[in-house]
Amino acid sequence: MEQTKNKYVGQAIIKKDAKALLSGKPAYTDDFVPENALVVKLMRSPHAYAKIKKIDTSKAMLVPGVEIVVTYKDVPKKRFTLAGQTFPEPSPYDRLILDEYVRFVGDPVAIVAGKNEACCQKAMKLIKVEYEVLEPILDFKQSLDNTILIHQEDSFVGHDGQGTDQMRNLCASSEEIEGDVEGVLAQCDYLVEESYHIKAVSQAMMEPFTAYTYMDVYGRMVVQSATQIPFHVRRIVSHALDVPKSKIRVIKPRIGGGFGAKQTAVCEVYPAIVTYLTTKPAHLTFTREECFTNGSPRHEMEVKIRLGADKNGKFKAVDLYTLSNTGAYGEHGPTTVGLTGTKSLSMYYGLEAHRFAYDVVYTNRLSSGAYRGYGATQGIFALESAVNELAHKMKIDPIKLREMNMVHEGDKFTHYYGESATSCALDKCVERVKEMIEWDKKYPCYEVAPNKVRAVGMAMAMQGSGISGVDVGSVALKLNDDGFYTLMVGCSDMGTGCDTILAQMAADCLGCDMENIVVFGVDTDQSPYDSGSYASSTTYVTGMAVVKCCEMMMKKIQKAASGILELPMEELAFDGERVFAISDETKGITLPDLVTKLQAGTGEILYAQSSHTSPVSPPPFMAGAAEVEVDLETGKVTPIDYVACVDCGTVINANLARVQTEGGLVQGIGMSLFEDILYTDKGYLMTNNFMQYKIPTRIDMGKVRVDFVETYEKSGPFGAKSIGEVVINTPAPAIADAVYNATGLRFRSMPITAEKVFMALQEK
Amino acid sequence: MKITVTLNGKRIEAEITPDMMLLDFVRSQGMKSVKRGCDTGNCGLCTLWLDDKPVLSCSTLAARANGKKVTTLEGVQEEAKEFSDFLAGEGADQCGFCSPGFIMAVLALKKENPNPTAEEMKEYLAGNLCRCTGYQSQYRALCKYFGIQEV
Repeated sequence: MEQTKNKYVGQAIIKKDAKALLSGKPAYTDDFVPENALVVKLMRSPHAYAKIKKIDTSKAMLVPGVEIVVTYKDVPKKRFTLAGQTFPEPSPYDRLILDEYVRFVGDPVAIVAGKNEACCQKAMKLIKVEYEVLEPILDFKQSLDNTILIHQEDSFVGHDGQGTDQMRNLCASSEEIEGDVEGVLAQCDYLVEESYHIKAVSQAMMEPFTAYTYMDVYGRMVVQSATQIPFHVRRIVSHALDVPKSKIRVIKPRIGGGFGAKQTAVCEVYPAIVTYLTTKPAHLTFTREECFTNGSPRHEMEVKIRLGADKNGKFKAVDLYTLSNTGAYGEHGPTTVGLTGTKSLSMYYGLEAHRFAYDVVYTNRLSSGAYRGYGATQGIFALESAVNELAHKMKIDPIKLREMNMVHEGDKFTHYYGESATSCALDKCVERVKEMIEWDKKYPCYEVAPNKVRAVGMAMAMQGSGISGVDVGSVALKLNDDGFYTLMVGCSDMGTGCDTILAQMAADCLGCDMENIVVFGVDTDQSPYDSGSYASSTTYVTGMAVVKCCEMMMKKIQKAASGILELPMEELAFDGERVFAISDETKGITLPDLVTKLQAGTGEILYAQSSHTSPVSPPPFMAGAAEVEVDLETGKVTPIDYVACVDCGTVINANLARVQTEGGLVQGIGMSLFEDILYTDKGYLMTNNFMQYKIPTRIDMGKVRVDFVETYEKSGPFGAKSIGEVVINTPAPAIADAVYNATGLRFRSMPITAEKVFMALQEK
Repeated sequence: MKITVTLNGKRIEAEITPDMMLLDFVRSQGMKSVKRGCDTGNCGLCTLWLDDKPVLSCSTLAARANGKKVTTLEGVQEEAKEFSDFLAGEGADQCGFCSPGFIMAVLALKKENPNPTAEEMKEYLAGNLCRCTGYQSQYRALCKYFGIQEV
């Protein structure tokens, strides 16, 4: 694809669904629930670890309105995973819909379904459970080779190549070494050796987890769900119920945000088993509390780093080890952790040696999953903090240190599947951010009042664009009456605007108005297969499927016209509206006339389908810089200004790329300063609502400013890479360094709350 | 118990249970724009007007609406259009789940204080959470709507 002027790509096009969403039209899962659907509620474990010795549901069943109470005795005994990933799944099969063992506070004990919530609540109180309470593992540093085993069941299935060992509480493990790490580190003039901790922060999308299920006229189960992964949900529900996939259909309406949370089938299997057992429609929406206590948050990780440099600041070697806490179940456990190394080390070029190793352990905490950034956030917090610490140790400007070491276009990445930086403007992003924040004027800090100091800090970030060789994006195009197209997609627009972005691309490829592109998705019975919307894949992978599919469609249009015009295809051209003879433009046929003729039986109805998998995953890059104000009397850290510059290749939609960036940055600011995960010593999650778990409001986040440096990624549609995830990675290390520059205090765990700063200032 | 409510200009009588929340009541009457985002009155998604004043319908008993006027986004489509267009123009709708409650709060602010300062505007709307946008695009739309100079 060459760079030509586009009518839609690159513009700030309004989202196709904006009008419906902004006028409050029914659009989401809960807006369509059948009136007769059974209300489904989950009775949850009060213990972090216990065996159900006895469970008596007889009294609960007597409550008027209660339809069914399901316990572990009633569910299939074949284990599965809820992680939405391409088959064969890397995450271990360690789940049952309900299990004899409960492995964290909130793990479901029974499913109750009835005609309304009140009867379900009453029934749950009448279920008598006798537990054998077991000693839990709550500290993930104590888990590996502990005598307590989280998964001792024989039916546990670990998958090859992940390093899974249930008898060691090990969900996954690996080690990769290049060069003589110890030898090179020993010769370094400077060494930073520290460990960094990120907690299991929550996506907190505004729409809770929700799904409803019913049987259709063919006796198949329909699952309507707020999901990023409709095709994976089909497989997961089929595994959970132990029924063929042909018996299941998954429909995704509009989704009220996902950020990775809905890349795990968190709630679908519960209404599904109710419908399976009763044949009645069933509906489950998690309360906000359940979203916190039984969701699928970021993996808590401790990243240990040894970073060595020579006397000039040139990085020589890095040793990076990650301990990841997958919680009670292994969803995304084996895969998130890999990004802590691949997406951090690869920002730096010319290392003589490096080691990247990890262990992912089970604990009796809530099960973790996918959250925007997917391990890269944790790894980048650690490595970027270490780089900042090295700069301070060497007394040089952290930007200068990065300029000496960062990856440039054309360089082979340090640790990135053997790939090279085919498009990379990381250097320009850093330069731009330096200007935007007025770094040279403000670094490291300045006083604004006797006890108030403002300071700046910065960090870089990268991510991927889809999973190379794994993610599949497919689209189909139908040419309809009057010459409008239906673009059928299998990826999930979760508010990101991918339906619009893909339509922009299609309209530019086909040379038509965007009005002429109708987007349809997602229904697993009708949409072409797509891995789903995760791993920053949609624009890059599915976008390329759109480009390919449009080329096929245009050829088909020309071929059909050639039959009707009785002219050879090579002598025809198509301008989006009309097919005509190149030698004599008056000889031709308009698209609507062509379709009319085809629909009158003079040819074949036109339909094209294409899929795309990329052998590479070209990273988007960015730099971010924070200015914060620290109150030295109270310890409060106030974000003043956050600036960011992103290289996402070609910007497909100027508005949506900007909003993605701003949104990701503010989630990152939330993780850095406010969002805390606190448990009681018995493993009960205390931060389980928006009063305790404080996400940023519009008065907390300061100013956020975003700019772009465009590159052209040849392997991407119109030169595009991804944007969705990279944007969350810079705030934590940038803010931590700004706080250091203001106070001299180094925080290696998030969030940096006023209490922590205050206490540390007292000790100083 | 029976209540009489003027819902979006239409007088209706309905049988409710005493513990029914206004949020569930208006949704049962087909007003699906009103969303539930939390259990603790923190998110603002369920904002609607009770006698023209914004309230959180998740923590207001439906019984309290007896004899009163209840207005949801469905009832103010014309009035909402100008601001909604600004939001759409900024790409600030994103997932859209928080939009109806947010728009109801913005229109209420416009009635109460047609020319707020940027600070007053942010304070008034601080109870309306959004996780997608980081608020910046909403801020740009608000500035256009209220005629405030962006800073």
